[in-house]
Amino acid sequence: MAYVVPRPNLTWKEKIYLPSIVAGMAITFKHLKRMIKGETHVVMQYPEEKWDKSMPDHYRGAPTLVTDEHGRERCVACQLCEFICPPRAITIKPEEIPADNKFAKVEKRPKEFEIDMIRCIYCGLCEEVCPEQAIFLRKDYAITGITRAEMVHDKAKLYELGGVFTGLVNKWNPKK
Amino acid sequence: MDFLTSSDFWFLSLTSLAKTIFLIFLVVLPMVSYTVYAERRVSALIQDRVGPNRTGFPTSLIPGFTKDFSPFLGGLGQPVADAVKFLLKEDFVPGHVNKLYFWLAPCLAMMPAIVTLAAIPFGSEFLGVKMVVADINVGLLFMFAISSVSVYGIVLAGWSSNSKYPFLGGIRSTSQMISYELCMGLSAVPVLLVCGSTGLSSIVNYQVREGWLLAPFTNGGLSFREIALWVPIIIAFITFTISMFAETNRLPFDLPESETELVAGYHTEYSSMKFALFFLGEYTAMIAGSALIVVLFLGGWHLPFIPDGAGQGGLNFLHAIPSWIWGLVNITAFFAKVAVLLLVFIWIRWTLPRFRYDQLMKLGWLYLFEIALVNIFLTAGILAFTK
Amino acid sequence: MSPILFYLFAAMTLVFAVAVVANRNPVASALSLVVSFLGLAALFVGLDAYFIAVIQVLVYAGAVMVLFLFIIMLLNIQAEERRKINVPAYAAGGLVTVAFIAQLWFVLQKFELGKTAFAPLAEKHVDDVRNVGNTLFSTHNLPFQVIGVLILVATIGVVVLSKRELK
Ligand code: SF4
Ligand code: SF4
Repeated sequence: MAYVVPRPNLTWKEKIYLPSIVAGMAITFKHLKRMIKGETHVVMQYPEEKWDKSMPDHYRGAPTLVTDEHGRERCVACQLCEFICPPRAITIKPEEIPADNKFAKVEKRPKEFEIDMIRCIYCGLCEEVCPEQAIFLRKDYAITGITRAEMVHDKAKLYELGGVFTGLVNKWNPKK
Repeated sequence: MDFLTSSDFWFLSLTSLAKTIFLIFLVVLPMVSYTVYAERRVSALIQDRVGPNRTGFPTSLIPGFTKDFSPFLGGLGQPVADAVKFLLKEDFVPGHVNKLYFWLAPCLAMMPAIVTLAAIPFGSEFLGVKMVVADINVGLLFMFAISSVSVYGIVLAGWSSNSKYPFLGGIRSTSQMISYELCMGLSAVPVLLVCGSTGLSSIVNYQVREGWLLAPFTNGGLSFREIALWVPIIIAFITFTISMFAETNRLPFDLPESETELVAGYHTEYSSMKFALFFLGEYTAMIAGSALIVVLFLGGWHLPFIPDGAGQGGLNFLHAIPSWIWGLVNITAFFAKVAVLLLVFIWIRWTLPRFRYDQLMKLGWLYLFEIALVNIFLTAGILAFTK
Repeated sequence: MSPILFYLFAAMTLVFAVAVVANRNPVASALSLVVSFLGLAALFVGLDAYFIAVIQVLVYAGAVMVLFLFIIMLLNIQAEERRKINVPAYAAGGLVTVAFIAQLWFVLQKFELGKTAFAPLAEKHVDDVRNVGNTLFSTHNLPFQVIGVLILVATIGVVVLSKRELK
């Protein structure tokens, strides 16, 4: 069904355009006045006020690595995240877990695990692809540094940011 | 070379030099930087944001102070920070540009705007010195002439950048400037008819005697002639202000730079201090434009009932106060009026959307031009019949 | 005006006038012409003829040359190719120039009024806008009106030509 948008017939007042300018200026002035009088609600003054307390659990901040309840690193160095990462921010060097280790049956763990936070686009694909639920995007959003090297998160830093996550995958736990 | 030994010569050169330095370094540069600040702040407030409110003056660098000095509004150090940023940024010259003209263009954009200020009477008299750098009897025409030269900066920037958007910006600004220069000149003619002179000082003096052109009651009374003249003067004021917006590339007419369609128009390829020069030029032109409006329509440095610096006019009991104070008051009054106009410029910028190019041309040639032309005859008629 | 300034601006006018012809790039030529006009305006200022000076800048530097530049840029006229030197043409051109200068020289030799030094104008600030206006509308009223009609005819001609449809 064709619908023709009616073209409005402008009154001479609208055609002169000057009254509309004055009306527009009145509107902007109203906003200015309300702002100066503090009636407009300004959302947040960032560095002093932060959103952290009301941040939801599913917030996607910086990617981090997590450990389980036994202090074992969950990552099995399968490198899926390294391959899925669109900007190739992740670099993993796997190593074999020595036989005398309690979790020797896991076979592999990352020797080095680096995420270049200059490259990371916070897409969350690494979290999504990880079969071990070892990598999570946590709540750190203000990742800053003065040098490029500082912006590369190594394994220690990633675990420090990630902390412990329990009760997710239980297959590696020792049999009771 | 007998003129070198005459005291007249030295007095003139030294006072002119002092006035020029005062104008450029104590008035224009701070005013430009704080206009930019006001622009950002006011735009933020109009759009329900906060704007730059943090950069104070880093007094904590001086031993003995613990806190940065950040007076009432906050962010008053922002212009300084901006200037430092512009100076320290990398000055990148793209490989495809026409080097000579690429370097020339920013200077050409900046200089005319500053030169126009020479003819503006920015105060009455201060310690016996007239507060105008060059008191020429064709002051108004001088302003028009020099500001018409300022288009070269923009055109050359657009052309020498050798890329498409700047080129379009340059072309647009040429045609826009030429069209609106005509309207501007014509809409100022009624003022010249009424005041009977093209010298800016005599225009101000006329308004001191007879009341401001836009508010003829400021000298105490309203005659029939003044009321009759009010109509063409208001029309002239409106057309002049509109063409001034177009001349200075301010928002409803900022087609040469329109960020949304031409990226930034003629200065797309510029960076660092060269870009800052365009910025300075634009805002200086804005100041010169406002100053011209103040001189032509709003009585220049005059405040009703306040004597001028030479101890004339005003209320009698005010003459007890030394006249140099009134000289200062008049200078302040002038720049206060300019500042108010600048705020209006900013206010309008954040209210109106940009015109389309054909609308701009149509407005200039089909409406403003005709109105200004008819207005001249109207003024002449009124002047002839109400001697 | 001090003689130093006079020679400075005269040199500027002449040098850039030569540059107009010598430059191969049309944009550079146009800009040289603008600078030459500005020098000319400065010379007018030296004669206390502010009005003429300002009009010189306003009309020639500010409007006519902007239009020139506009057209040059719009049509994208490229730099001229260097041609072979055509000796007879150059010789003829030189001859005409020399003849013209010689003629000027002889005429000016006989022009007695040119040798008298005029006393400086009594008034320091002549209201030259008023003077020009008075002269135009009293002494030279007829030529002025005729020129007005001429310009009107030209304008109408332009409008007619630009409105005509191309066949
Ligand atoms: S969040 Fe995306 S970009 Fe960042 S490391 Fe994970 S996969 Fe790579
Ligand atoms: S974090 Fe997950 S996906 Fe990445 S290597 Fe470790 S186990 Fe594999």
